[in-house]
Amino acid sequence: MSTVNENTVLEIENLKVDFETNTGTVNAVKGINIHVDKGETVAIVGESGSGKSQTMMAAMGLLASNGRTSGSVKYEGNNILGLSSRKLNKIRGAKITMIFQEPMTSLDPLYTIERQLCEPMVEHGEYTWASARKRAVELLELVGIPEPARKVKAYPYEMSGGQRQRVMIAMALANDPDILIADEPTTALDVTTQAQILDLMADLQKRLGMAVVFITHDLGIVERISDRVYVMRRGEVVEEGNTKEIFGNPQHEYTRMLLDAEPTGRKDLVPDTKPLVLDATDVRVEFETENGFLMPKHVLRAVNDISLKVREGQTLGIVGESGSGKSTLGRAVLQLLPSKGRVVYMGKDISGATRRAMRPLRKEMQLIFQDPFGSLSPRLTVGQIITEGLLVHEPHLSAAERDRYACQALEEVSMDPSMRNRYPHEFSGGQRQRIAIARTMVLKPKLVVLDEPTSALDRTIQKQVVELLRKFQDEHNLTYLFISHDLAVVRAMSDTVMVMKKGVVVEQGSAAEIFSNPQEAYTKELVEAAVLKHDEPVVA
Amino acid sequence: MLRYVLGRLLSAIPTLFLIITISFFLMRIAPGGPFDLERPLEAKVMENLNKIYNLDKSLWEQYLIYLKSVLSGDFGPSFFFRDFSINELFAQSLPISMQLGLGALTLALVIGGFFGVIAALRQNKGVDYSVMTAATFGVTIPNFVVAPCLTLVLGVYWGWLPVGGWGGGAFVNKILPVVTLALPQIAIVARLTRGSMIEALRSNHVRTARAYGLSGYTIVVVHALRGAILPVVTYLGPAAAALLTGSVVIETIFGIPGIGRYFVQGALNRDYTLVMGTVVVVACFVILFNLIVDLLYAVLDPRVRFD
Repeated sequence: MSTVNENTVLEIENLKVDFETNTGTVNAVKGINIHVDKGETVAIVGESGSGKSQTMMAAMGLLASNGRTSGSVKYEGNNILGLSSRKLNKIRGAKITMIFQEPMTSLDPLYTIERQLCEPMVEHGEYTWASARKRAVELLELVGIPEPARKVKAYPYEMSGGQRQRVMIAMALANDPDILIADEPTTALDVTTQAQILDLMADLQKRLGMAVVFITHDLGIVERISDRVYVMRRGEVVEEGNTKEIFGNPQHEYTRMLLDAEPTGRKDLVPDTKPLVLDATDVRVEFETENGFLMPKHVLRAVNDISLKVREGQTLGIVGESGSGKSTLGRAVLQLLPSKGRVVYMGKDISGATRRAMRPLRKEMQLIFQDPFGSLSPRLTVGQIITEGLLVHEPHLSAAERDRYACQALEEVSMDPSMRNRYPHEFSGGQRQRIAIARTMVLKPKLVVLDEPTSALDRTIQKQVVELLRKFQDEHNLTYLFISHDLAVVRAMSDTVMVMKKGVVVEQGSAAEIFSNPQEAYTKELVEAAVLKHDEPVVA
Repeated sequence: MLRYVLGRLLSAIPTLFLIITISFFLMRIAPGGPFDLERPLEAKVMENLNKIYNLDKSLWEQYLIYLKSVLSGDFGPSFFFRDFSINELFAQSLPISMQLGLGALTLALVIGGFFGVIAALRQNKGVDYSVMTAATFGVTIPNFVVAPCLTLVLGVYWGWLPVGGWGGGAFVNKILPVVTLALPQIAIVARLTRGSMIEALRSNHVRTARAYGLSGYTIVVVHALRGAILPVVTYLGPAAAALLTGSVVIETIFGIPGIGRYFVQGALNRDYTLVMGTVVVVACFVILFNLIVDLLYAVLDPRVRFD
């Protein structure tokens, strides 16, 4: 284990971070020690709420106004914790810089890239505006933005998420920092973009030699880029050490749990003799965008003549990056969006069916959403949420019977039935997703479209949700359309996989084929970028 | 840009036409006419008057005659202020109201904006609470209460300022009406600015600015305020149109010959042309300020900029 030495640039000692809230004091960070040596990459890993971000926010003086700190954060031997912002400003943005999780909002939408890149350079006195402008172009080139001289005049909204993150990295490098703190810098990006950004950061670090503190929840990234790891849980560092040692021989049970959290197991294949639940041919969805009065309309083809077949008990994984049309396809199949083509559900043609005609079928065709926070009404109790569908589909049930159903549904998703009188905000993301699943399953559906149901969840929670979904499938012979960008989860869930890009199918096949022997370049890129663990033998 | 402005101005023409048409006929639905006095005029006199003012023609003919004269920029003669045309009345009174309105608008933006920002920076501290309490008073106390109080103290007891009158537009005469007019607006602007500033200061890009050691001024003014001012601009558009077209209460209390009193006098006296004239003027101001708001938006926010 590495200790503080003469090469240490950042030393965090007994750091505590507390937040004063209406309901009392929250101890976010409970006295942790972390040090960073020159030029090394240190990963701080943990799930949401572990305090990993707040540690660095505290070090940089960026805590919310109700945050209190104690302990010390030494940069080159001098304590910078609790310095006035005037003194701290000599260091942050110059010696220690930061990039954030949200590339879409971390840049000011009202100013050009040039202006935002130049501001810190000029502020820290190293550059004049003229020389800073020149350097801004060089920096954009360094971080791999094409046509840097033109792009430097662009506004953030004219760039993609990946490009904005590159701009943030350029900004972080502008004053040749000693330490670069990266707070989940790739979490909001697509897997292929994520891989590019990680490569870029590794390359830049090699060339420029700064230390990198990488905050993440993704162990795949940690293994790939870091020299040393701190594992945090509930405000404490539970384990630290060299990346190889931690991954090879984790000591703490929590680390072992994190390492083990990638969803495992494979799905038993469904025989071809099972009846077709869904048979869709040439589904096409188009969106028209107005270009202004009397201007020709622009037609965006989000889903382009896609056909799919799913049998009873099967799971079709639909994989793709944001904007690939995978969610649109799922909604079109359920007739929630106007679409062209033919959709046959259980031998019945439902293409273009009216809302009224669809209503009796809705009970059997359900949808579960990605966002467990936005998809539950905050004004209904959990019990009301779960049984709301029964009011429509089984109106003869009495209130007492509905209540019994709610209890049963909660038990099925391993939650305490006594929680049915609480409101959604009292639950965590994982619990809310369980409630959403209970709401769906209480209707006894046949076909469920799962739209990124695990993407907003921590890995350990993800695994539980995947297992829960599998259990329902086994017990009730459900058919799933599983939409996700997360290949690990798709691999664990699906019989067949469909890879989508820009509205068309790139590749389609059994899950085993797609993951072990991808044919198309794009699929290979996706599989590679996803840093999947090696395939273990299929669980029978 | 120029094309956009021209397009917007052109699209205002049908709007104005509709407004004129609807208010013309609405006005005529109201019972009574401009020459119906408590003691009725002689029939012969009435007939002559109606003839002179075209009131003897059918409503449609009157409407067409009025449209024609408006098109040529003539709002017709006043029925109540004999010997004056509407154009003459407005030429005198509109500049006065606009001066007061502009003064009040500037005060509202500068003082309201300043206190709003201060309150946001000191959120949930003493300064914040006092600004917001003052703002609540500013909004809730009507100006017909504020005006006499200010006149009493500053004009009568201390004798610093004139208690009323326009004084040919002397500066001292403008202070009290402008301040009275501005107070509620200052309060509203302060509240709006505070709200959007608090949100802006919490935004991710302001966190970036702080993380990169930018100065307080750059963070607050350059990165937070520019975005935070947008809702205030939205509010100030219609507010400006209302302020610049005069206030009945302020003009009556301070005895100022502005355009605001014509709203009331015109309506009470069935002075058809005067009412129509004020309607058109207010409509023009509303249309103009909505355009200005949209242009300001484009200047402040590149995302809404037109081709």
